[in-house]
Amino acid sequence: MDGSNFNDALTGEQKIRNFNINFGPQHPAAHGVLRLVLELDGEIVERCDPHIGLLHRGTEKLMESRTYLQNLPYFDRLDYVAPMNQEHAWCLAIEKLTGTVVPRRASLIRVLYCEIGRILNHLLNVTTQAMDVGALTPPLWGFEQRELLMEFYERACGARLHAAYFRPGGVHQDLPQQLVDDILQWTKEFPDFLADMDGLLTENRIFKQRNVDIAKISEDEILEWGFSGVMVRGSGLAWDLRRAQPYECYDEFEFQIPVGVNGDCYDRYLCRMQEMRESLKIMQQCVEKLNECKGGDVMARGKISPPSRSDMKTSMESLIHHFKLYTEGFHVPEGEIYAAVEAPKGEFGVYLVSDGSNKPYKTKIRAPGYAHLQAMDQVAKGHQLADVAAIIGTMDIVFGEVDR
Amino acid sequence: MSEDLKELGAMIETRNADAVRDISVAHGELTVRVSVAHLQSVTEFLKKNAACSFTTLIDITAIDYPAREKRFDLVYHFLSMRQNQRIRIKCAVREDQIAPSICDIHPGANWFEREVFDMYGIMFSGHPDLRRLLTDYGFQGHPLRKDFPTTGYVELRYDELAKRVVYEPVKLVQDYRQFDFMSPWEGAEYILPGDDKGAKA
Repeated sequence: MDGSNFNDALTGEQKIRNFNINFGPQHPAAHGVLRLVLELDGEIVERCDPHIGLLHRGTEKLMESRTYLQNLPYFDRLDYVAPMNQEHAWCLAIEKLTGTVVPRRASLIRVLYCEIGRILNHLLNVTTQAMDVGALTPPLWGFEQRELLMEFYERACGARLHAAYFRPGGVHQDLPQQLVDDILQWTKEFPDFLADMDGLLTENRIFKQRNVDIAKISEDEILEWGFSGVMVRGSGLAWDLRRAQPYECYDEFEFQIPVGVNGDCYDRYLCRMQEMRESLKIMQQCVEKLNECKGGDVMARGKISPPSRSDMKTSMESLIHHFKLYTEGFHVPEGEIYAAVEAPKGEFGVYLVSDGSNKPYKTKIRAPGYAHLQAMDQVAKGHQLADVAAIIGTMDIVFGEVDR
Repeated sequence: MSEDLKELGAMIETRNADAVRDISVAHGELTVRVSVAHLQSVTEFLKKNAACSFTTLIDITAIDYPAREKRFDLVYHFLSMRQNQRIRIKCAVREDQIAPSICDIHPGANWFEREVFDMYGIMFSGHPDLRRLLTDYGFQGHPLRKDFPTTGYVELRYDELAKRVVYEPVKLVQDYRQFDFMSPWEGAEYILPGDDKGAKA
């Protein structure tokens, strides 16, 4: 009896054990309906088990019983922060299978709106992540700018959010010149806002304390877990599909790919801020090019797109085509395709298998957030409970696309 | 572009002669069909070989062909950031067959395999934690199989008396509308009402 063994004197409650808590499914920092089962040792996260699927709507199943055109609006509802970038992937997949060439003006409009989507997304992400770590002003300022951008969405297609604007073969309608001019005007004013945001956050002591050296991602982790987008670029790898595997007409634009150094939350924040500035450059070049091809067609006229309104009213064949297109839909030749775009969150891909009918035989949506969230256990391990909110923020999780 | 892919495909075939069944290049994409037994070794080869270095797992999914003897096709997409190249691996599995998990080679395969198990009911051997992922807790069936109805089998509502959510067999106020848009002059294989009269006359 040297007194070294006191354990028998402790009651069950006094024995130290790890503490399990439920984070979510309703939690303001969970960015949607995420349930995390966290095992904590004191305040340190020992294990993290994300439960997803609370927003699962069976998009892929529903798509199998709808025509290609009817399926397009589902893509707005995936990542509802930047809807048009998702539509883009779907249109690209169909266009590759049918061999459709998109008219130049439509191509430019697509690039313009994809970049608006990127800014929409990064604005939401940067500001809400700041809110997760304690700052209230950034989201209030940022959402005002988001509102302006959604107005551009509305003026192009009539909807602020669920656009259904990109169509296989082009875009639904041409942009009015006034809208193009207003977008250009906005790109000139937006840098002032970004400078304000910089002033609020970049050198903010609390913001840095909460983000620097949190969730450091190494190159090995990137490859092991299939990361993409800012999660890759934040760690110093200049991987961007717009540059590496150019789609649409991205190869004719001049822009830089910002990369981080340390691969932590703070570097990813800096990357996102810089990417917004690069997007502005692309948008300005876009407007310039759009002004060079005024009045061009915005749809590849053919089997997969509707006839022009005036044709439909005067030509019998066009009327039949119009009717058949919107009831039966167009047929896509048999085959399979994987089309990926650089969505704001990372690589968003569509794997489409067609059996030659008017409905897809199988569609698989590859969402970037899904791959990021699954590494949650790996990334959050060893961090404090409070950092979990910062990590979810930096991964840029939106449940529309994770759960599908 | 497609010449490079063909060369790459031929190289993979010669180095994995017993595994590779078929190689095709379509729409600028390389598809390699392998046997299930060699799935792991091929994946490992694709990751380690310097000319391939397909280190990023993009996606895993399956396709259901109910009429086929080997009912499912497992589809893997890989990306090589170094070579700037993509590849698609396909392998056919029977309904009762267990596929090997590639979690040891690509830890990121974890959730993708869980999803395939959830949606198609294909089991993976060697997977660390093969639970359902996207569907409800206690869900039954595999929704993305072609014989699973889009409406599902159960619906849930909050029961005011029991003070909890209850599950009931699905009751539809109208049939699920499955339109057939095929033109009767082209694809229809059924007999339209009235057509039989013509045959009799």
